[in-house]
Amino acid sequence: MAEALLTLRDILVRYGPSTILEFSSLAIHAGENLAVIGPNGAGKSTLLRLMGQLQQPTQGKIYFHDSEVIPSDALAIRRRMASVFQEPLLLNASVYDNAALGLRLRGLDRRSIERRVQPWLERLGIGHLMRRRARSLSGGEAQRASLARALALDPEMLFLDEPFSPLDPPTREGLLLDLERILRETGITAVLVTHDRDEAFMFGDRIAVLIGGKLLQTGSTTEVFTHPENLEVAHFVGFDTRIPGIVESASDESAQVRVNGGCAQVVGNFQAGEQLFLCLRPEDITVSLPGAEAAKSSACNRLHGKALKVTPWGAHYRVALSCGENRLVAFITRPSFLELKIAERDEVVASFNASAVHVIKRK
Amino acid sequence: MELVWQGIKHACWLLFTGDAEVLGITLFSLQVSGAATGLSLVVGIPLGILLAMKRFPGHGLAVSLINTGMGLPPVVVGLFVTIFLWRSGPLGYMELLYTPTAMIIAQVVIAFPIVAGLTMAAFQSLNPNLSLQLLGIGASTPQLLWLLCKEARLPLLAAIMAGFGGVISEVGASMMVGGNIRGQTRVLTTATVLETGKGNFEIAIALGLILLVLTFAVNLLLTHIQQREQIRWPKPS
Repeated sequence: MAEALLTLRDILVRYGPSTILEFSSLAIHAGENLAVIGPNGAGKSTLLRLMGQLQQPTQGKIYFHDSEVIPSDALAIRRRMASVFQEPLLLNASVYDNAALGLRLRGLDRRSIERRVQPWLERLGIGHLMRRRARSLSGGEAQRASLARALALDPEMLFLDEPFSPLDPPTREGLLLDLERILRETGITAVLVTHDRDEAFMFGDRIAVLIGGKLLQTGSTTEVFTHPENLEVAHFVGFDTRIPGIVESASDESAQVRVNGGCAQVVGNFQAGEQLFLCLRPEDITVSLPGAEAAKSSACNRLHGKALKVTPWGAHYRVALSCGENRLVAFITRPSFLELKIAERDEVVASFNASAVHVIKRK
Repeated sequence: MELVWQGIKHACWLLFTGDAEVLGITLFSLQVSGAATGLSLVVGIPLGILLAMKRFPGHGLAVSLINTGMGLPPVVVGLFVTIFLWRSGPLGYMELLYTPTAMIIAQVVIAFPIVAGLTMAAFQSLNPNLSLQLLGIGASTPQLLWLLCKEARLPLLAAIMAGFGGVISEVGASMMVGGNIRGQTRVLTTATVLETGKGNFEIAIALGLILLVLTFAVNLLLTHIQQREQIRWPKPS
């Protein structure tokens, strides 16, 4: 594992009586891209401000390169980092002056500033707008100027607080791809805070899930997205269906689970009587009509229920189902939707593969 | 009507021939109100920034005091400054009553709440995240304050204009604490009151015109800077 560049320990942040952040440890390693995801109000921005030395925790310690950050060093350390926020927050000056601002604050001479700023403006595709007033830029261009301002500082760490969320999808994707390439080439350590799963998935080597001020899970991107450790994380990373059940019988590699309205086969080592949650992504659930051939074949991993709501969802249709006491969410393709003609309150069968079920043990 | 014409004609003659007394009064007014405005900026701008950016116990009270202070009647200011500087008053030993210093003190009391209140409004109109962003690219605290002042330069200019405009044109406080002593504490406004009272309308009109031209010139200058700084919207493509 690479050296920990920034470590936060035993952090507590309170505003008056309410606790905003509370966790025991988080380390950011040199060269990695960490995405912090969580819903609105989870404390993500506060966490980023702590990392960027823009706010002091109520309790806890922060280490930069293994030495504890003390308030008198904060400015010096802050100058080895750079932050980019959700709004571009440019000053009422030219694009170039804005991009050069951080270097001017560090007292560099005009020549060196120009040498460092210009390539970044070109690289981010706004070189031709250099002399324009910052306020005349579009949202995407302004955010590029804000990124150029941060990257021109050649920071050891870059903090990004949802910088893409106000942008339209194509602009956002273009900028995200550019940034990802730049970070890979420069080796800058970066932390992105976002509520957007796809953005986090595209950006991060590692993901930290922050919900309600607590770090619920930290791990590689694949690990967090495929093996969430608890229900809240599962829900946030896209396991829309979470069915409670009890293990009826278990063998070495699989188990039979009784759930409300049926049974399910799952893969893994469990013991009879254990209480579980079966988590499923919408794309792993197949919806069919009760009389169909596939629906008759086997009894397990097949739940009978009713369609509650059918909504167009991008390239798919999203079907919310009620099977006994359980609520399921499935995606069906447009052709299957046209073939099945599912409408609200229709009887349907939801089925899934044992291997698609992610199991979380109930505590 | 004849009276008005005669008055304006005589006033113009006084102005163009550079009457020593009129010139003296004008320069003295500029000195007193200029100094008072300058001191009000020194006190009012930091106070306004503090009120805009920090929350502390008594913040609400301080803000309402400043807001009240913005509309303080000059006569009331004159009254209290006179009491303080009266021979038997708390600051009587300083023997400042009926001196230019007393006038500056009174004008600072009038102008600094205006400057502080408008500075506070100017800083509150900035995006609250701008400070974080500037710190986030490495600004020190003094650099941060300087950049925020620069960003809020237009409303800050308005604060300066309003402060100067308030004191150059007030008459009550200057009259009470200065005493309108010829050659010592006579300013444009107090002289205008006196000459009008004596029926010397031509001198009063001349003084009034100078006062108008002065306020107009200062405002013109500041407005020019303000307009130059205004956002130029791009041409529609």
